[in-house]
Amino acid sequence: MLDLINVSYDTQIPNNVGLSSDKRVLKALEKWHPGYINWWSDLIPQNFQQSLVYLRTAVSVDPKGWAKFDYVKMPEYRWGVLLAPQVEGRTIPCGEHFGDPAWQEVPGEYRNLLKRLIVIQGDTEPASVEQQRFLGLTAPSLYDMRNLFQVNVEEGRHLWAMVYLLHKYFGRDGREEADDLLLRSSGSEEAPRMLGAFNEETPDWLSFFMFTYFTDRDGKMQLESLAQSGFDPLSRTCRFMLTEEAHHMFVGETGVGRTIQKTCEVMNEHGIDDPYDIDKIRSFGVIDLPTIQKKLNLHYTLSLDLFGQEVSTNAANAFNAGIKGRYMEHRVKDDHKLTEDTYKVWDMVDGKLVQHDVPALTAINMRLRDDYSRDAAGGVSRWNKIIEKAGVAFEMKLPHEAFNRKIGVFAEKLFDPEGTLVTGAEYDAGMKEWLPTHADGDFIQSLMKPVTEPGKYASWIAAPKVGIDNKPGDFEYVKLHMA
Amino acid sequence: MNKPLKQHLIDPEICIRCYTCEMTCPLEAIEHDDNNVVVDASKCNFCMDCIPVCPTGSIDEWRVVNDPYSLDEQFEWDELPAQADIQTAGGEVETGMEALDEAMAALLAEAHAGAGGKAKAPASASKPTVNMYNLGKPAKAVVQGNYRLTSEDSDSDVRHIILDLGGLPFPVLEGQSVGIIPPGTDDEGKPHLPRLYSVSSPRDGERPNFNNLSLTVKRDEGGLCSNYVCDLKKGDTVQLTGPFGATFLMPEDPQARLLMICTGTGSAPMRAFTMRRQRSVGAKSGGMVMFFGARTPESLPYFGPLNKVPDTLLKKHLVFSRIPGAAKEYVQDRMRAEEDVVAEMIADPNTHIYICGLRGMEEGVEKTLTNIAESIGQPWGALRDTMRNEGRYHVETY
Repeated sequence: MLDLINVSYDTQIPNNVGLSSDKRVLKALEKWHPGYINWWSDLIPQNFQQSLVYLRTAVSVDPKGWAKFDYVKMPEYRWGVLLAPQVEGRTIPCGEHFGDPAWQEVPGEYRNLLKRLIVIQGDTEPASVEQQRFLGLTAPSLYDMRNLFQVNVEEGRHLWAMVYLLHKYFGRDGREEADDLLLRSSGSEEAPRMLGAFNEETPDWLSFFMFTYFTDRDGKMQLESLAQSGFDPLSRTCRFMLTEEAHHMFVGETGVGRTIQKTCEVMNEHGIDDPYDIDKIRSFGVIDLPTIQKKLNLHYTLSLDLFGQEVSTNAANAFNAGIKGRYMEHRVKDDHKLTEDTYKVWDMVDGKLVQHDVPALTAINMRLRDDYSRDAAGGVSRWNKIIEKAGVAFEMKLPHEAFNRKIGVFAEKLFDPEGTLVTGAEYDAGMKEWLPTHADGDFIQSLMKPVTEPGKYASWIAAPKVGIDNKPGDFEYVKLHMA
Repeated sequence: MNKPLKQHLIDPEICIRCYTCEMTCPLEAIEHDDNNVVVDASKCNFCMDCIPVCPTGSIDEWRVVNDPYSLDEQFEWDELPAQADIQTAGGEVETGMEALDEAMAALLAEAHAGAGGKAKAPASASKPTVNMYNLGKPAKAVVQGNYRLTSEDSDSDVRHIILDLGGLPFPVLEGQSVGIIPPGTDDEGKPHLPRLYSVSSPRDGERPNFNNLSLTVKRDEGGLCSNYVCDLKKGDTVQLTGPFGATFLMPEDPQARLLMICTGTGSAPMRAFTMRRQRSVGAKSGGMVMFFGARTPESLPYFGPLNKVPDTLLKKHLVFSRIPGAAKEYVQDRMRAEEDVVAEMIADPNTHIYICGLRGMEEGVEKTLTNIAESIGQPWGALRDTMRNEGRYHVETY
């Protein structure tokens, strides 16, 4: 009897899918493995590869076993194939096949659609590691460095998860797609990553926190909807990935929160009441709140673009086919087919923003984006609680979804963060208040000084309230390799 | 008035609302609104499945309450309420979460009674996990070894038992105890209740990074569980509950000084403390002083290995009461002889005192500490209460 809870180490690739008795897939993955290791080794600076990092590794996929902490060198991290346990009698949760038993093999008619979704998801995972590859050099503390590396190794594992599906279920095409995932590279001229947002470098730690908060949250929403897939192996893969993704959300939310916290503390310490007294605030080595708001504007709007067109037949097809569900599909109380329903989407009519009803089936992207915005707003209100508690008069806000968009009905039109159409001149004048300028970037960059003494933090960020794995404040999360 | 109960809560200031706990909870005891993620006290059965999956640590919060906080109350919170002082007819209730089931909590409360008040953990102690396994859901461990610690001709049979947990998570801190369920049933046909034993190995295992732990168990004539444990063979399976105990813990602060007073198998937690220090900070610490009493060297558990621990890490006073031809010496006698050392330590706010062994030792040790404290102008009762309230005075006797 196969043990599908505990991770088996009887092959080079830790897994809970019985790889040792699946020779074909094992062989294919073993062939792919060296390419992956090369990709990883070329990517992350060498002294970090040799350092001991206090990481979480799964030894099983049940709640008791997947958060095991220990020091590991990153190249020895146990990347592997981990699927959530199969649910007995699971049925297809949405679309025209609603209620039928979930597919354990790829349904022929949806093969290409499924493969494309898996490849796109798979492409984002290594891309983010590529975008963040140099951040270790400027980590504001060992604690943050550890969190960065935890995010990185788990993104690496998520690539493994997608590659397993490609190898196991898509034959030769799948293997080729898996190889291409290692050929494309973030920011490359010849072979860029598939989605725009994943080709921008993550230049500093505030960007990293904003990225993990906003962009990884898009990833979380996509995983949530793929976890609702009628194709059971994809659903099980994504369900397990979501438990890991929660850590990425945590890094983003607390990272921004601690940055805000430190700014407020420093303002209070020096008796600065005006959050717009930017030069003075910056002179104490912290990032002023208006600049943090600008970073928020940028990352939120870039992430909204990842949801695609508001009205989309591709998304409708995927839902109808039962390949991709909605956020929390199992908790939505309707017929899960959306044959009669409508949903409100934005549109531009005669140069004005209006909302009107379209068939709900075609508005799947829009609905997921709305769910995303609601989810993202929660953390923003918690950041505001930090500001309020410190007694500073400032409020962080999500900009209107029309602002700064490149995809969808708002694309290439000029809106301010309140969602008002503005002229070119007004837009140019407002830009430096709305989005980070080069000068803002340079200032943030100037603060990016590494701090490697256990328990110490860079000037611009507060210490966390709780340690990872309940460790005390001065715990040495990374034992740096001294070359 | 309702009986006080321990309620599981989530800290809204630290939680990031990822809902991973909610998706993990097998009883659907966790739910959320737009504001908070909350735990339904009427559904939560302390299975602890939600604890390791939380990325933030916000989920590991507990309050003792007369009436549990309702879901609506929890939804409104911006921050977690402080632990209220709860009074009952029987006096103060244990709020240290020593154990979540009453039988075990009662046993520990009795063991800690000698401290003269509510026990508190050291300020810098790691957060303990309690009650991961219980009677309904015990952990299975396999006996890796069972070694006699006392010489064959000694009349006391003390055993060092090593238990292997295999793949089971069993996070135990130095000073915590585990329950062992003896097989079989009692006169009424009910399964036996677990007996508590102090763990004598450090948190990373008897062997570093092996998922095992050790116990130090003395055979009591006619003792149901101790005979069962002392007769265990390699490969036997044992049912464990716990871990238990949330106050008799060591400080993580390497500069803290430990004064450890023990007899017989009361040395178990002291061994764990010593090994933890040895593996983490070694001699670069505030130091440890031990007064350890037994009848003879042959009946003192770990006599050989103890002597190999360097004095820079652990200063040892091994005291014997039945050496032929020598006067009887008890731990309190040696403490009196080393009065200056003890006095200097108890006056130092970095010192933590641990007393563990047979109940009979309490009186003598207490008297001696009273004398020494008074010799430096400190009334012992007040000093002891201060130390205990600061988590620096710990008693576990049986």
